[in-house]
Amino acid sequence: MESRHKVLIVDDDPAVLELYRDLLAQLPSKPEIFTTTSGSRALSMLKSEPFRLLLCDLKMPKMDGLQVLSIVRRSFPELRTVVMTAVHNEEFRSRAYALGVDLFWLKPDTQQNMEMFLQCVESLLGRDEESGFRGVQSKSLMDLIQMECLSQSSTVLRITRGSVNGRIWISSGELIDAETEGLRGEPAFRRILEWKSGTFENLPAENGRERTINKPANALLLEAAQAMDEIAAPETQSSEEAEVADHRKTVWRLASLTRAGADFVVSLPQEPQSKAEGWGTEATQELGVWMQQALEASNKLAHNLQAGSLTSLEGRSLDLRIVLLPEDDKTYLVGWPADGPSTQLAEKSKQLVSSWDS
Amino acid sequence: MGFLSLFSKQSPGVQVLPSGTVTVDRNNKILATTVSSACSEDVLQEIGDHVLTLFRQARKAQLPLSELTLHFSSLKITAKEMRGGAIIFLAPKHTFNAAS
Repeated sequence: MESRHKVLIVDDDPAVLELYRDLLAQLPSKPEIFTTTSGSRALSMLKSEPFRLLLCDLKMPKMDGLQVLSIVRRSFPELRTVVMTAVHNEEFRSRAYALGVDLFWLKPDTQQNMEMFLQCVESLLGRDEESGFRGVQSKSLMDLIQMECLSQSSTVLRITRGSVNGRIWISSGELIDAETEGLRGEPAFRRILEWKSGTFENLPAENGRERTINKPANALLLEAAQAMDEIAAPETQSSEEAEVADHRKTVWRLASLTRAGADFVVSLPQEPQSKAEGWGTEATQELGVWMQQALEASNKLAHNLQAGSLTSLEGRSLDLRIVLLPEDDKTYLVGWPADGPSTQLAEKSKQLVSSWDS
Repeated sequence: MGFLSLFSKQSPGVQVLPSGTVTVDRNNKILATTVSSACSEDVLQEIGDHVLTLFRQARKAQLPLSELTLHFSSLKITAKEMRGGAIIFLAPKHTFNAAS
């Protein structure tokens, strides 16, 4: 039998408690509803048994809602929290969100608002315990960082997990620094990515922050994801998990392409008969064949002319520039739009593929 | 003057990389060249052949290239496609232009 989620409602008005008990009992997930009129009693109830969701009023005697929530955030980081209040005050709203509540809701006064409120509560009850960083949106931390980098934004992400918090500095879409638990730079970034859940806030960008991370964000995220996958399933990775990891890699590679402004990348392993892999193009196999032919022709020329090895091959058509890079174990072909800047294209291509398989 | 040849010695030669321009038509026939005659015509035709083949194969791969540049450690070959043929620029690299 599937266990029902437990919901605790705290409000100093017994009539309100009764009303919400009846309303929440109608939710499709049929949660078990518990109520109390005081913050201190709520805390002791939370200690005694696991709850999924806490709905808390703001204005209460002795211990107010914000005090309850700040203790709850530290002691029960997994608990979903909703503030219900009749006080229309922006300061309270931002303080509540700063504490990491999932939802700040003015007590519903219309039927439509009530329905929306119930849908939100049902959605909070339905989320998986193990995944998602809670904030304005529920995204994985990796998605969140990737989104910030892709949108070229400058911000400081403050991530809170219980009593611990960390910060990640992003400047013009580039990851520049991270800090948590006495760590700084890449180690701090990796530590933060190990957290399974928590809350996040976007703080204003800090200009002039010293850069301690020089690796591209995608490379670090990929490394972290691989490390996590290995921890989660050291040897027996199911095909489904492998598919998810594969999908994730593809997404990162496409994100790298977009960030760099490139059109496509095709990689061709050195081993004979191996197939080319492509991202951002539908002509992967045709391009793979051409890469092979170009390598053979270049090698023959290099040998006969004694001109040394091929370091790169560049080409252009009406709408495209290409760079072919022979690396140790693979050859890459990177396509760039013809109207973009043409300087240092080989360097930019090298940068792009440097973390391609990491 | 045959007497002087007694003093001349055959010394091992160093292959000089071709430098200059070659224009070839679609059949790889050399139309014009500024490359020194010390470089054999066979070498130039081989370069022309590889370059034209690369353009043709690129078209088959949905990549209709109009220009190609091959960077070798000591030679840069730039080729511009011209109505099925090509004009090819050969520029050996040395210390002073290695970055180019």
